Amino acid sequence: MPQIMNPPSSSRIKVRPATEREGRKDYISIRDYGFWYGQKKALDAISLDIPERQVVAFIGPSGCGKSTLLRNLNRMNDLVDGVHHEGDITINGRSIYDPGLEVISLRRRVGMVFQKSNPFPKSIFENVVYALRVVGVRDRAVLEEACETSLRKAALWDEVKDRLDDSALGLSGGQMQRLCIARAIANRPEILLMDEPCSALDPIATGKIEELIHELKDQFTIVIVTHSMQQAARVSDRTAFFYLGKQIEYDTTEKIFMNPSQAQTEAYISGRFG
Amino acid sequence: MASSTDSSTPRGEAFVWFTGLGLIIGLGMVIGLLSLVIVNGITVFWAPQVPVAQVDDGRTLIGQLAQRRVRAGSPADKPRYELQYQVGLRELNGNSYLWVDEAKIKSESFPADVLGLERVENGPAFVRPQSLRKSDGKVIAATDAGFEDAFQAEVAAAAVVREKLIEITRHRIGDVNGEMDKARVALRRAEDLKLADEVEARRRQIAGLEERFATLQAEAKKVVEGGAVASLISKDASNREVVVPLTQVIRAWFPNRLDTWGRVKLFFSRLGEFVFDEPREANTEGGLMPAIFGTLVMTVFMSLLVTPFGVITAIYLREYAQQGAVLRIVRISVNNLAGVPSIVFGVFGLGFFVYVLGGSIDQLFFADQLKYNNNTPVFGTGGLLWCSLTLALMTLPVVIVATEEALAAVPRGMREASLATGASKWQTIRDILLPASAPGILTGVILAMARGAGEVAPLMLVGVVKLAPTLPFDGSAPFLHMDRKFMHLGFHVYDLGFQSPDSDAARPMVFATTLLLIVLVVCLNIGAIWIRNRLRARFKGASF
Ligand SMILES: Nc1ncnc2c1ncn2[C@@H]1O[C@H](COP(=O)(O)OP(=O)(O)O)[C@@H](O)[C@H]1O
Ligand SMILES: [Mg+2]
Repeated sequence: MPQIMNPPSSSRIKVRPATEREGRKDYISIRDYGFWYGQKKALDAISLDIPERQVVAFIGPSGCGKSTLLRNLNRMNDLVDGVHHEGDITINGRSIYDPGLEVISLRRRVGMVFQKSNPFPKSIFENVVYALRVVGVRDRAVLEEACETSLRKAALWDEVKDRLDDSALGLSGGQMQRLCIARAIANRPEILLMDEPCSALDPIATGKIEELIHELKDQFTIVIVTHSMQQAARVSDRTAFFYLGKQIEYDTTEKIFMNPSQAQTEAYISGRFG
Repeated sequence: MASSTDSSTPRGEAFVWFTGLGLIIGLGMVIGLLSLVIVNGITVFWAPQVPVAQVDDGRTLIGQLAQRRVRAGSPADKPRYELQYQVGLRELNGNSYLWVDEAKIKSESFPADVLGLERVENGPAFVRPQSLRKSDGKVIAATDAGFEDAFQAEVAAAAVVREKLIEITRHRIGDVNGEMDKARVALRRAEDLKLADEVEARRRQIAGLEERFATLQAEAKKVVEGGAVASLISKDASNREVVVPLTQVIRAWFPNRLDTWGRVKLFFSRLGEFVFDEPREANTEGGLMPAIFGTLVMTVFMSLLVTPFGVITAIYLREYAQQGAVLRIVRISVNNLAGVPSIVFGVFGLGFFVYVLGGSIDQLFFADQLKYNNNTPVFGTGGLLWCSLTLALMTLPVVIVATEEALAAVPRGMREASLATGASKWQTIRDILLPASAPGILTGVILAMARGAGEVAPLMLVGVVKLAPTLPFDGSAPFLHMDRKFMHLGFHVYDLGFQSPDSDAARPMVFATTLLLIVLVVCLNIGAIWIRNRLRARFKGASF
């Protein structure tokens, strides 16, 4: 299991108080959810509610199922052969498994940023507006406007505004990841899923992305998977701790880090295992 | 190590030599073949010195050395050689080539007045000129100082006349004939359907065409008889008089007098004719332009057909089909398709494309043509389209396998990123997977092209001919005639080497044609590789 790395800048875990914002308390609601890869049960009896426009962090040791749960929120795991689930996930009251709901329209409402930045081998501009092109937007002015807005939100605009037509593959690692965020928010999804978005980045780039998460949570409900306790503490309002496919504890970040009710949680965040 | 013996020699060292040997044998064969073709193919166009040889039996011969080989039955330790001379003057000697025992040659000299002629008919000639009768009637003796200049000037003037004649007889009269054929078919149809107006119109059209035909023939006659033709009076090796009208002369040179620059110019003049002119003399002389063009057009069409077919199939197999036993069987079958002998594809092409498909097209769209033109098929016979389709089918597995590999090699992250933004599967394939796998797909197309361009056997069944009267592409609508038969370099090699009445004369051309085919394939490949590298450059720096 990986060592928990302390970011060089902070040796002390800082906790952000959960800000109270308007919004549904059970915007995303996961009920008795279980998930299998073939015979292997990767998630067991998960039940948690994610409030609207808050940041929720999933933490836990490697292989505990954080990514699996995250990737089920936009049904990306449907692409894997031989999977099945039990229980249900609803977004704004509607099941994501509702046969009347197309997976494509679900994914358009739930943006995703991956652990490894994965820009397309296209220009920066085309990367950002891809989601709009997919829904058939052809109007150049609309595309340009969306491109600028998204890049500004992703705090990348100033760095790339003069080379929008250059290949995205020429960007640095941190810039690529912010480009992927810009791409994920370009068609204004309601939810943003981030799977260890900073794990391949240096501390400065990590800092920028964390700031970005603060900015974005006014508009998006954000679920972030991280194996950095410090990051969870810095960016999230609520934190869920998983272990071996089970949800051990889910509460406000303050509570999880200051006063966890489970011994396993306490052991994990204090670095005694993990 | 515990073992005390032989620990300094790593085991398996012998295999390094073994594999190295394999490489050397392989390379050796490739280089050997290529240099054989290149040396023989290039030297065809080089003009060597031409000796006048005295033979034991009293004969004299003038000829260009073509081959030297060990005489059959001569002892291995003291081999005796025989020489083959190209003596030309087929109409007098019966044969252009002559074998002579090397030991029987008494003397050889290289007199400066030996003249080589390439002629429109009867192949080359090697003679010693006596005098030139110019077109104005004056006669210049070969010993005259101004002879050579006057002679070359007359050759050039005669060439202009010849070109004009060819333009009239072959092209303009050919066009009239083509129109006449169409008009006759239309007339027969009109007569059959009792369309009085049209019958009248067609009759008038045909009368007009006949008139044009007669005018052109008269014009041609005038060209032939008009300017008095200059001719060269000369003696052959056995002192017989040879009179050659200069309209017959394509090229004349003094092989023993030429400086290196002259030889280089002659070389490029011959090379130019070879690449840009039409063939003469049962394809053993002249150029290969129609065959080059046919090969090129056919290969390009084959690629245009096989690429979409192959890519679509591969997309289905890789992206949509349910992975399982059935799919595995389909894959194995596709791969085995690559091992089916190409002649089988030719038979299939003939049976299905030509007879079934082509026959149906004729029934549907060219029924009039069939009915009123003695059942002459249009698409129901071999042609460019069917050749391209047959070879496309043959090279399909290559493209399918390459595309599948390329699709599989696209990083999973790219695929997921696209799907996660809400793109459908097809949008992901079209916008992300296909562009990313384009270089790999092109590799497949390059391999398919290389295989297709060199294939001959199936083409003989579905539309390649020894001599096509027209190119598949010309000025008459619809410009590209997919139904036409065409010439092909690979078939040309076979035809020259094995079907030619004069195999000695054809031999050098076989090498030259082979060389040309190799050059063409290499050029096509370089073009495709260039495109692929440009595509690859776009993906450079991908961090997956
Ligand atoms: N595509 C897959 N097929 C089969 N098993 C998988 C697949 N993805 C993940 N798993 C398994 O599911 C468990 C949870 O994995 P994951 O959600 O990736 O963990 P985490 O992101 O918390 O490190 C692991 O045991 C992993 O081996
Ligand atoms: Mg993970």
